[in-house]
Amino acid sequence: MMAISVEKLSKRFGRKQALCEIDLSIAEGEMVALIGASGSGKSTLMRHIAGLERGDTGSSVKILGDVQQKDGRFGPKMRELRSQIGVIFQQFNLVARLPVITNVLTGILGRISAWRGTFGIFSKSEKADAIHALARVGIPEVAWQRASTLSGGQQQRAAIARTLMQRSKILLADEPIASLDPASARRVMDVLADINRTEGMTVLVSLHQVEYARVYCDRTIALRDGRVVYDGSSDALSDDFLTRLYGAASEELVLPQRLPVKDSRAPAPASSAPGIRQGQEELAPA
Amino acid sequence: MSTTSETVAGASAATPADRASDVNAGRDWSRSVWNLVILAGLVAALAISWGPSEMGRWTFLFTDSANMAEYASGFLRPDFTDWRYYVDEMIVTVEIALWGTFLSLIVSIPFGILCAHNMVPWWILHPCRRLMDFFRAIHEVVWAVLFVVAVGLGPFAGVMALFVHNTGIMAKLFSEAVESIDPRPVEGIRSTGATRIQEVVFGVIPQVLPLWVSYTLYRLETNVRTATILGVIGAGGIGQVLFESVRGFYYPQSSAILIIIVVTVVLTDLLSQQLRKFVT
Repeated sequence: MMAISVEKLSKRFGRKQALCEIDLSIAEGEMVALIGASGSGKSTLMRHIAGLERGDTGSSVKILGDVQQKDGRFGPKMRELRSQIGVIFQQFNLVARLPVITNVLTGILGRISAWRGTFGIFSKSEKADAIHALARVGIPEVAWQRASTLSGGQQQRAAIARTLMQRSKILLADEPIASLDPASARRVMDVLADINRTEGMTVLVSLHQVEYARVYCDRTIALRDGRVVYDGSSDALSDDFLTRLYGAASEELVLPQRLPVKDSRAPAPASSAPGIRQGQEELAPA
Repeated sequence: MSTTSETVAGASAATPADRASDVNAGRDWSRSVWNLVILAGLVAALAISWGPSEMGRWTFLFTDSANMAEYASGFLRPDFTDWRYYVDEMIVTVEIALWGTFLSLIVSIPFGILCAHNMVPWWILHPCRRLMDFFRAIHEVVWAVLFVVAVGLGPFAGVMALFVHNTGIMAKLFSEAVESIDPRPVEGIRSTGATRIQEVVFGVIPQVLPLWVSYTLYRLETNVRTATILGVIGAGGIGQVLFESVRGFYYPQSSAILIIIVVTVVLTDLLSQQLRKFVT
């Protein structure tokens, strides 16, 4: 079954055509990169798939086979589908004044009874789950700190812990590393790749720099002026090809230096024995 | 030699001239004109209001200042014989303010959300805002007179008057705080599949809480002052005692009461300042 299938998604803001007849489908378990220069429509597309925005007439978005929106109207299962999609944002979107653990616990609001969620009554095992999710992203010690006291990289990992709590099937990451330093950025991308591999969560991550797409994702979708201009293997995205796609704007998509990271992509489903590929050894113990 | 200096002089003269012509390029003149129009309107309003407000009588402040001094001299020897009674009544006034503020706080929380344009559609927003405007437009004293008719003379009429008027003010202050929140954390909560109310509880309230607490304490301060005035029209407390002693020309007693009021107001000010520091 397709995790995400988008058909003829268009969106116009005033005079600007932000998205133009986008067609794409992503299968369950894939980790896909979405690239494009600033203003190419990455965030807008993400927000539509997340169910935070409604497309124009003719648009349709299906999540896990159910209608999330069609012709600019949300489907009846909207709230349920939102809880199936974890979203992390460029600016983390944590509630700064709440402790980290409460931020993480809000992830379960979609699947516990409404009154219990509204009064913030969380059981001991749910709190333990939250601590566990924080441990999973490597920051169990900050649970009772206010979210505002965390560094950018830690906040983003706390946001990922919130989506882990959500137990969603799909994870949308809208420029998750755009406001992070390179070391934090890599740690966040490692966590995303690990979640994709071990939980089998479908990940769609929008990126500003194509290097990360090459290292972490098998497939890349490229947007330009609200249209899909490329959808295929990340390996084919050479610098020359990017220049052909984006012209002078391609400069902002490429880092001045190569990333000092090994290829950490999941092995292709066909290859039977894990650990054969080079670069897999260091990931195997985890 | 002479040609060179000429060219240099010519160039340096031309460049500032070009720059000057650029300065106003793209300037929005309608804005500047608007500012002038607003200023002129304000001056005109003040000029028109001069006569009806009898501002011309300001000279009496100086020519008849002796009358004021004579009246004030009656207050120079405060009489604290009945201080225990005054303090008891002062406490009643504070208690009226406390209940009035508390009740309006409870009601202002939902209305603060319902009056914020980033929270509700216009067909909820406008009725709620107009209702709050109505509560706010009518002064506490007028509300108190109305409630005295309904529930009789005494402190409860004062509580109700403070409650209604203060709800109008606090809902407005609260909704302004809600309108200035960062929408991104709220989207973060929404994306987990939370309900609208849960979005408010986890995304909005934590952001506005320090401001809300601060506004509430400020309104409590104001309400202690207002509750004193409400006593004058029969809503109990120290105001009633003050009004009676002023009407009976007991100036030393009135002076003692005024001193107790001032001390109480200063104390509530200090206390609420400390509490606000503690919260934010």
